[in-house]
Amino acid sequence: MSESAAAHGAHGHHPKPSFISHYLFSLDHKMIGRQFLFVGLLMLMIGGILAMLVRWQLAWPESPVPGLGFISEPYIYPGPNGGGIIPPQTYNALFTMHATIMIFFVVMPIMVGTFGNFLIPLMIGAGDMAFPKLNMLSFWVGAISGIVMLSSFFVPGGPAAGGWTGYATLSAKTQYTGVEWGQHLWIIALMLNGVSSLMGAINYITTVVNMRAPGMGYFRMPLTVWSLFITAILLLLALPVLTAALAMLLFDRMAGTSFFLPEGGGEPLLWQHMFWFFGHPEVYILVLPAMGITSDLLSTFSRKPIFGYHAMAFSMIAIAFLSWIVWGHHMFISGMNPLLGTAFMMTTMVIAVPSAIKVFNWLGTLWGGSIRLTVPMLFALGFVSNFLIGGLSGIFMASTPVDIFIHDTYFIVAHFHYVVAGIIFALFAAVYYWFPKMFYRQMNQPLGKIHFVLTYIFFNGAFFPMHFLGVGGHMRRIYNPLQYEFITPMHDWNVFITWSALILGASQIFFLINFFWSLFAGKKAERNPWQANTLEWSAPTPPPHGNFEVTPTVYRGAYEYSSPEVQEDWLPQDKDLGSRAAAKAH
Amino acid sequence: MLRWLPEDVSTYGHEIDSLFYLIYYITAATFVLVTVLMIWFLIKYREQPGRRAVYNHGNTTLEIIWTVIPAAILIVLSFMSVNTWAKIKRNIPASDFEIQVTAKQFNWDVVYPGADGKFGTPDDVKFDNDLHVPMNKVVRVHLMSSDVIHSFFIPNLRFKQDAVPGRTILTWFEAKKAGRYELPCAELCGFGHSGMKGWLNVYTPEDYQKWAAEKLAPKPQ
Repeated sequence: MSESAAAHGAHGHHPKPSFISHYLFSLDHKMIGRQFLFVGLLMLMIGGILAMLVRWQLAWPESPVPGLGFISEPYIYPGPNGGGIIPPQTYNALFTMHATIMIFFVVMPIMVGTFGNFLIPLMIGAGDMAFPKLNMLSFWVGAISGIVMLSSFFVPGGPAAGGWTGYATLSAKTQYTGVEWGQHLWIIALMLNGVSSLMGAINYITTVVNMRAPGMGYFRMPLTVWSLFITAILLLLALPVLTAALAMLLFDRMAGTSFFLPEGGGEPLLWQHMFWFFGHPEVYILVLPAMGITSDLLSTFSRKPIFGYHAMAFSMIAIAFLSWIVWGHHMFISGMNPLLGTAFMMTTMVIAVPSAIKVFNWLGTLWGGSIRLTVPMLFALGFVSNFLIGGLSGIFMASTPVDIFIHDTYFIVAHFHYVVAGIIFALFAAVYYWFPKMFYRQMNQPLGKIHFVLTYIFFNGAFFPMHFLGVGGHMRRIYNPLQYEFITPMHDWNVFITWSALILGASQIFFLINFFWSLFAGKKAERNPWQANTLEWSAPTPPPHGNFEVTPTVYRGAYEYSSPEVQEDWLPQDKDLGSRAAAKAH
Repeated sequence: MLRWLPEDVSTYGHEIDSLFYLIYYITAATFVLVTVLMIWFLIKYREQPGRRAVYNHGNTTLEIIWTVIPAAILIVLSFMSVNTWAKIKRNIPASDFEIQVTAKQFNWDVVYPGADGKFGTPDDVKFDNDLHVPMNKVVRVHLMSSDVIHSFFIPNLRFKQDAVPGRTILTWFEAKKAGRYELPCAELCGFGHSGMKGWLNVYTPEDYQKWAAEKLAPKPQ
C-alpha cells in the first residue's frame, strides 16, 4: 500500500531547482498547492468586486458607480465625476461572471486545489502525489482556463450574460443575449476547467488509495482527507457530464446542432437535467472539504476527539451518494413532470439527515472540550453557524409547494450564499491554520480576530435579510427592483444589504495585510504550533521535498486529544508509545 | 420574517403558506436550540488552567436519536407536501375558462379564445401583458414561450410556472379577491428580463361580465 511513499522518503539528495522549476513548473505538491492558493485569492478579489457592482445597482439603481466611468459605452454609460452607470446587459454579465468565478475559480481551486494538494500527501504520510506531472498539468490547465474566462471581459459584446447556470435556450443562441464570443469563451473555459479538475481528482484518488503510510488505515484518516477523497470521486463522476453538456451547447451555438433548441427538435430541459446532474454534486464538491476541515479544527481546538468519527465519515459518504439523486429539486417548476418533483422532494428531504448528523456531531465535539478560541477555530465555528442557517433554509425549498413561491427569489440567493459563500469561513480557517506549514510563519492573531468579527457580522448583514426579500417575492437576477410595485416597499433592505456587502468586502483588507505581512515578517513557526495530532505537523517546517525525514508509521487515529495514555493533551498519530514505555521500564 | 409574505388571494395559497409557517417554526426552533447550545458550550468549556477535556469518542445512542428525529420530521414534511403539490400541479381542475399565455422577450402575449372557445381561430382576442379574469373561477392557462425560458409568477397567488419553448404547459389558478396584481417574469430571459411584467386583473363576476361584453365581444367584420 505504501511502498512508493516509503521509497520517496528515502530519496535524500535533490539538485537545487531553478526559479522556473521551483515556482512555475514545480512538481512538488506543496508548491502546486500554493500556486492554486494565489490564483484563487486573486480571483476572489475579482469575483468580490463584481459582487459589489451588482449590489450597488440593486441598492441605488442606475446611479453612477464612482470610478467606473473609464469603461466605454455600451458596457458602462458615463455619469458625473468619472462615475459610470451599469446598463442591464452589463448587470447580467456581472452576476453571471461573479458566480462562475466564485464557484469554479475561487472555491474549487482553493478548497480542492490548494488544500487537496497541500494536505493529502502530508496528512497520509506520503512524499508527494501519485502523479506529480499530472498535478502540474492540472494547475496549468486550470490557470489557462482562468485566463480564457477573464479574457471574455475584453471581447466585443462582453462576457457571458446568461447566468452561471447557462440555461438553454437563452445561452444557446447569440441573438437571445446579444453575447457571442463571451458565451463561447465561457463554455471553453469551463471545459478546460473541467479537464483540470478531472486530472486533480484522478491524482487525489490514486494517492489516497495507494500511498498511505504504514498503519494509516482508511478509518485512521483525518476527516479532511476523507472529505477530499469523497470530493475527488464526485469530481471524477460529475464533471464529465458538465463537459458533455457544454460541448453540446457549443455545438448548438457554433455548429448549427439543436440539442437544446426546440425548433430543431431539441429539448431545453435536457440542459437543465445535465447541468444539475453535475450541479448538485458540485455543491457537495464545494462544501465537503469545508466540512472535513471544520471537523478537524473543532476537534483540535476543543482538545477532544471528534464526536462520532465513523458517523462523520459515513454521513459524508451518504451525502455524496444522495447528491446524485436530488438534482431535480432545482427543476420543480421547470415544466418537468410534477410526479418527478414529488420523487425528488423525497430524496432531497433525505439528504438533510446526514447534514443534520454533521452539525450535531460538531456540537458533541465542543461538549466537554477545553476550547481554545484561536483564529482558525473562530472561523471554523463561523462555518458551522452559516452552514446551520444554509442547511435549515434548504428545507423550505425542498418542500415542493413552498418552492413554487420561493423558487427564483432572493430566498434561494440567501440559501446558497449561506452554504457556498459560507465556505469562505472554512477557507479562511484553513489558511490561518495551515499557514505555518505552508509559509513557515505564523499569521497575526489579533488582526485575524478583527478580520473574523467584521467578516462574521457583515456576512450575516449581507445575506440574512435576503430571506426577507425572498419571502416578499423579490425575484433574483432582476436589474432594477424599483420597477416592481410589490418590491419597492422592501427597498430599505436592499440598501442595508449593499452597505453590509461593501463593508464585508472592505473588511477583507485585514486579511490581505495579515497574509502578506506574515508571509515576510510573521513570527517563525515551530513544527507543531497548534499541538495537533495529524501527520503534517510531524513533518519538519519547512517540509522538504519528499515531506518527511523518515516515512512515518501510524499507530492511531487522528483525534487522540486529552488521551489518558499521555500527560500532554495531544497524541500524534505517529508517536510510538510502545517503545517509549519500554524505554522507561529499563 | 413571514410578515413580508404578500397578501394571498388564491384558493390554494393558504396551504402553501401554512407549510411555509410550519417549516419556519421547525427550523427556527432547531436554529435556536443549536445556537444556544453552541454558545453555552463555548463559554462553559472554554480553556481553563488545570481542567482537561473529556476523553470521549462519541455516543451511539445520541447518534441514533439525532438521526431518527430529523428523519422522522422530514418524512412527515414530505408527506404533508405531497397532497398540496398534487392539487396545484398535477390535478388540474376542469373549467370552461381557458386562456393562452405566450411569453416572449420581453412581454406576455395573452390570448382569449373568443366566442368559439377555440384558440387559433380568427375570433381570438389578444392582449399585451394584461390578464383579465373573474374571481372564484378556475382559470386554466396554456403556457408557452416563443424564444427563451420565462417564468410566469404571480406573488399574490403563490403561483409560478416556467414557460418553456417547444411545449405547452397546462396550469391553473383561482383568485378569491378582486384587484390588480403584478405578474413579473421570474426566470432570467435576457437584457430586458427586469421590467418584463404584466398585470392580473381580477374582477367580481358582474364587473367581469361588463369587461367581457366590452372587450371580448366579436368585432363587427
